[in-house]
Amino acid sequence: MKIKLTFWKVIFCFVMLNGLYATYVRFFHGIGAVSNMSDKFPWGIWIGFDVLCGVMLAAGAFIVTGAVYLLNIERLHAIARPAVLTAFLGYVLVIVGLMYDLGRPWYIWHQMIYMNPHSVMFEVGFCVMFYTTVLMFEFSTVVLERFNLQKPLKVVRACLIPLVIMGIVLSTLHQSSLGTVFLIMPTKLHPFWYSPALPFFFFISAVAVGLAMTIFESTLSSRAFGRHLEASVIVELGGVLYVTLWVYALLRFEDFFHRGQLGNILRPGYEAYFLWVELLLALIIPLTIMSFRKARLNPHLLYLASCSTLLGFITNRLNVGLTGFETWAGHHYYPKWTEASITAMIVALGFFIFAMAVKYLPIFEDEHHGLPQAVHVETMGVPQSAHQPTLVH
Amino acid sequence: MSKAILYDATLCIGCKQCENACAQQNDLPYDDKVAAETVQSEHKYTVVLTNNDKFMRRLCMHCEEPACASVCPVGALHKTAEGPVVYDVFKCIGCRYCMVACAFSQPKYEWGKLNPRVRKCIMCPDRVKQGRPTACAEACPTGATKFGNREELIAEAKDRLRQNPANYIPHVYGLTEVGGTSVLLLSSVPFESYGLPAPATLGDTPMPDYTFRVLSKIPDFVPLWALVLGGVYWITHRREAVALAETAENGRQQGGTK
Repeated sequence: MKIKLTFWKVIFCFVMLNGLYATYVRFFHGIGAVSNMSDKFPWGIWIGFDVLCGVMLAAGAFIVTGAVYLLNIERLHAIARPAVLTAFLGYVLVIVGLMYDLGRPWYIWHQMIYMNPHSVMFEVGFCVMFYTTVLMFEFSTVVLERFNLQKPLKVVRACLIPLVIMGIVLSTLHQSSLGTVFLIMPTKLHPFWYSPALPFFFFISAVAVGLAMTIFESTLSSRAFGRHLEASVIVELGGVLYVTLWVYALLRFEDFFHRGQLGNILRPGYEAYFLWVELLLALIIPLTIMSFRKARLNPHLLYLASCSTLLGFITNRLNVGLTGFETWAGHHYYPKWTEASITAMIVALGFFIFAMAVKYLPIFEDEHHGLPQAVHVETMGVPQSAHQPTLVH
Repeated sequence: MSKAILYDATLCIGCKQCENACAQQNDLPYDDKVAAETVQSEHKYTVVLTNNDKFMRRLCMHCEEPACASVCPVGALHKTAEGPVVYDVFKCIGCRYCMVACAFSQPKYEWGKLNPRVRKCIMCPDRVKQGRPTACAEACPTGATKFGNREELIAEAKDRLRQNPANYIPHVYGLTEVGGTSVLLLSSVPFESYGLPAPATLGDTPMPDYTFRVLSKIPDFVPLWALVLGGVYWITHRREAVALAETAENGRQQGGTK
């Protein structure tokens, strides 16, 4: 265990140092020096991954809080906090990523005074700003609890339902709007990905990814921090994920059909390969796994299906944001190593802060009201003894 | 009346005086090296492309309904009443959505600068306001680049097509493309061969419409969705309250009968 920790620490330090060097290049030599972005390819992985995927991967919170506080599904209560933490961290890191990507980040506040309501980017910016604030309040209960500040805790708890509703409305808007961003490029984005239904695709896939991410992070943290994980929770999320993926698959098929692309997507080609990887990981693998009833009741297999879903939709966002423009631009884009270093640093920071938060704040509360029929999830061959629940204080 | 530029490729001799005039107007370096560059960039807003003995100018098309202006979150780009699509560097936050959105890929970026700006042809707005032609039109020795009122230039372009149909592709590029542009092009060879998007793929729909179809629904959607979510909360928690009350009631009744 100790050796493993050191190994990860070394990796973390390496990624951080690389990232810091790239940060220096970014802010002292400019975007051109640090990235492979150019006039031909004005958006790179900082938009394709850090923003598009970042926001998508943080979608778990609005689904889980909605299920717990609006649909009143008590069983999911235990995963609400980790989901909110993931989302809050995710959004903060998206904003950090934007600070690198924006050419003039020191003027980001212009967004609040020179508003252009016709711009999707404006809408996304405002939603992200407000939603990050909402998440901050939702997450503040954890911090306030930790320091036993009863009065402000009462205030936040009283506002919790309106906050949850606001969070869902804002998420619906900007998750779909990230797809709307590309609607203005009918001539540039490859027909495999350009569709008038992009906003719907982005929203539905955000729901799927939110669920998959919650399964992923619950399983991982139960493994890393030796916590109880109720199999029933994973199974329940997996069921909803299964349905969501089917809905998405059906819509995607209808879209290809109506736009006359069904023949084209089967023909081998540069874009087709990327599309196949996307569809294989996002739909075919997870749907095949979950089509077996036994698999839908098995947290390991659900974890596997979720990982595949995550990778698949990350591919989808990269395809929409990057691959889909290559033919039009007549240029192959791949990130420069310094550009990738910054993305890697942001991801590493996310994992690090998550681990720290779990260590010092009451994120997992399942020990307090674990149901008697709770099933212990064994993961990755870690012996049972490693799962001894420990209270965080 | 809005102003426009009519570029007739059949009159162009490829002397690049327009490039030179543009550089001078915008305080950009211009020498043999820059003149040899065939791509537009942060220091070259317009370029004369050569294809055998034929020429084509590329410059910002100054759309009637510009995609760049509609996507800019801070409104740093806007279409003036006179026709030019201008850029306000002070507002710009550098998101580069304009570059990605532009169907003609006209906005270029100062990738090497620490406080980079978006660069593109802004159709000499100061000159145009004073009623003077753009620097490129003024410099053109053959009249290939002509400045004037949009309506009059459209009439003239159509006239040229009518009078010399053999010399031209029968199309005024920019008349209806993406809802019309303030730069109109005439050519004897297909516009696509110079990297311009084909008229058929561009279509006549103004690009901002594609977004606005979705964006305009949001004000109606927000209160409705919030109401539905509030309703869901009310129903589920009401159910819980009713269930609780019923259990309490049953308990009391059972207690009473015993």
